[in-house]
Amino acid sequence: MLTDTTIEKKLTAMANDPKIKMRGNKVNVFYGEKQALFDVDLDVPGNAVMALIGPSGCGKSTFLRCLNRMNDTIDICKVTGDITLDGEDIYDPKIDVVELRARVGMVFQKPNPFPKSIYENIAYGPRIHGLTKTKAELDEVVESSLRKAAIWEEVKDRLQEPGTGLSGGQQQRLCIARAIAVSPEVILMDEPCSALDPIATAKVEELIDELRLNFTIVIVTHSMQQAARVSQRTAMFHLGNLVEEGPTDKMFTNPDTKLTQDYITGRFG
Amino acid sequence: MVANTFLVIFLLTIVGYVAARIHAKSVLEKVGAQMHSRPIYHGVNAAIWTGVPALIIILFWLMFQNTVINQLLLGLFEPSRIEAMTSADKSLLISEIRQIAAGRIFGTPEDMVLAAAQKLNDWTWIARASMFAVVLAACLAGVAFGLRAIGPRFRARYSVERSLNAFMIFCSFVAIFTTIGIIASLVYESYQFFSMVPAYEFFFGLRWEPQIPLRADQVAGLGAFGAIPVFVGTFVIATIAMVFAVPIGLLTAIYLTEYADHRVRATIKPLLEILAGVPTVVYGFFAVLIVAPLIRDFGTGLGLDVAPRSALAAGGVMAIMLIPFISSLSDDALAAVPRAMREGSYAMGATKGETIRKVLLPAALPGIMGGILLALSRAIGETMIVVMAAGLIASMNINPLDSVTTVTVQIVTLLIGDSAFDNPKTLSAFALGLMLFLITLVLNVLALTIVRKYREKY
Ligand SMILES: Nc1ncnc2c1ncn2[C@@H]1O[C@H](COP(=O)(O)OP(=O)(O)OP(=O)(O)O)[C@@H](O)[C@H]1O
Ligand SMILES: [Mg+2]
Repeated sequence: MLTDTTIEKKLTAMANDPKIKMRGNKVNVFYGEKQALFDVDLDVPGNAVMALIGPSGCGKSTFLRCLNRMNDTIDICKVTGDITLDGEDIYDPKIDVVELRARVGMVFQKPNPFPKSIYENIAYGPRIHGLTKTKAELDEVVESSLRKAAIWEEVKDRLQEPGTGLSGGQQQRLCIARAIAVSPEVILMDEPCSALDPIATAKVEELIDELRLNFTIVIVTHSMQQAARVSQRTAMFHLGNLVEEGPTDKMFTNPDTKLTQDYITGRFG
Repeated sequence: MVANTFLVIFLLTIVGYVAARIHAKSVLEKVGAQMHSRPIYHGVNAAIWTGVPALIIILFWLMFQNTVINQLLLGLFEPSRIEAMTSADKSLLISEIRQIAAGRIFGTPEDMVLAAAQKLNDWTWIARASMFAVVLAACLAGVAFGLRAIGPRFRARYSVERSLNAFMIFCSFVAIFTTIGIIASLVYESYQFFSMVPAYEFFFGLRWEPQIPLRADQVAGLGAFGAIPVFVGTFVIATIAMVFAVPIGLLTAIYLTEYADHRVRATIKPLLEILAGVPTVVYGFFAVLIVAPLIRDFGTGLGLDVAPRSALAAGGVMAIMLIPFISSLSDDALAAVPRAMREGSYAMGATKGETIRKVLLPAALPGIMGGILLALSRAIGETMIVVMAAGLIASMNINPLDSVTTVTVQIVTLLIGDSAFDNPKTLSAFALGLMLFLITLVLNVLALTIVRKYREKY
């Protein structure tokens, strides 16, 4: 049995652990009257990929959207509890949400490039944040972002063409490049491969693995194989509760709960 | 009689429908699933066969009946007398006969005319009776045809769908032909005008004084048909209106879609729609009685010289009229931009303002341009407000505090009161109308090109 003081100690130890990038503490989310998340405590380790899994409607996207306060854009959504980024409460009124989102980027389930040229899609973020001073610098950011997102070779000759003219898989990598361009610390991905074919999926997965070196990544996925392939830690949600969280290897081989085991082996969900 | 004929067609159509449907049902019960079309299609098909040919016959009959009877009437008179008549005389004679036939006798008509009137009444009756008979026959033939056609193999559904198709094509052609007709009449009358007034005077003349005498004994000016001052007036007022309406309308739309919460939106939107429903004549007297004096007092207070019917008053009130157009179309365009675009931008750390300027406005541009153009066309073509609130004298100036006149105002004043279609005063209205039409056309084409070029597809 752990006593309160040992828990307290453990918590401080973890808070001081530089490897914890983001931390959710007793997070509750309500859409109007309906509660979508119940007291979720979840730590996101730095420079690693964390996978969020669970059956449809269990609150994965909701949790993800709390991490960069995208839920603010939904009028009826209320969030309680604390979420910290590097120990700072991101729901503190003093926090500038614009700055937060520059630090915590997001890639959506459906590729959503802006209806602008490929170049402008990438340049959008650096421009609004004033990250570059000269055109040459901006060109460089655009190129390196596209390279990091493994799409440079495919688009380098058509940078002025509309981003919406790319294939679905290319669009998704464009969106990842767009997120990278502002050099965030964390990238949130909500089922980034659900609209992609196996080849594009493989490319994006490979990409995620490389990105881990420079970024912290949280990815929502419905594919157990994908979670196993790309993530180091996995969190399992069910009906708005965090069921279990741990190293991916352990989760997939020897989970603590029967629920997780059943879900992973495909017996429900 | 004509009304009765329509009634008969209507009733027989229903009879045809019901009969065919019942018959088709009995066939269906016999042959079962082998029947191609459901009974309702057989019914509709029979109804179409009953009603449509009869209606077409009636239409043509009524179109030609009078012409034929008129010819017959003229045939009653001595050929030499008719040959000596001009077409105006002929129509005068015929209308006299028709007046008498309708029982309105003026003076003492000659016997020949009285006899013709009697004949006219007889013929009209015969014509109507035979029309009724023909239509009845057509209807019955239609019913019979529709009923005979019913059978398991008959593709009534296709037949009905083809008829619907034809009907829709017909409807769209109505609009097209009307437009062509209007343009043709504009062009024709303008051509007449330009054969009386040289085109260079109209297009480059700087004086517009069209009030020339229609009859020899009228006192009026000598006339000058330089259209430039009139178009300058339209330009000034439309510009003033757009300068106020575009920013206000656009910002209203942005506020409503992006910033206002549900309750505010639910109040403001209907209010704007009410504004769009105010009759322009009400705006007109609002402009003359309230806005113009206000501007004048204010201007005088500043030591400015303001005309009692200033372009600013007319344009300003027109702007109020245009705001709901621009705001509601822009609002729709902005609301149609997918939520994913907004989220994508917010997720990059863009503020609301940046998202609106860099993502939403470009994506909604076609819709917004559409709204602005609609408003501009209305500003140029708007008549009631300017008739009441703008001046009548065409003067070459662009001072918004002065009084100017507009193309529409001039067209109205030219066509009010005495008009004769062999006189440049009246005909100049058509030339102005044609120009106005061409300008709006060019504006629309221009805008479409711009929109197509800069459109950001989402
Ligand atoms: N905008 C919203 N308004 C109201 N309820 C919402 C909204 N978004 C999500 N919810 C509700 O919150 C719950 C969790 O939804 P969430 O989108 O987080 O599920 P999810 O785990 O991402 O599911 P999926 O795997 O299908 O994407 C669901 O019951 C859902 O109906
Ligand atoms: Mg989801």
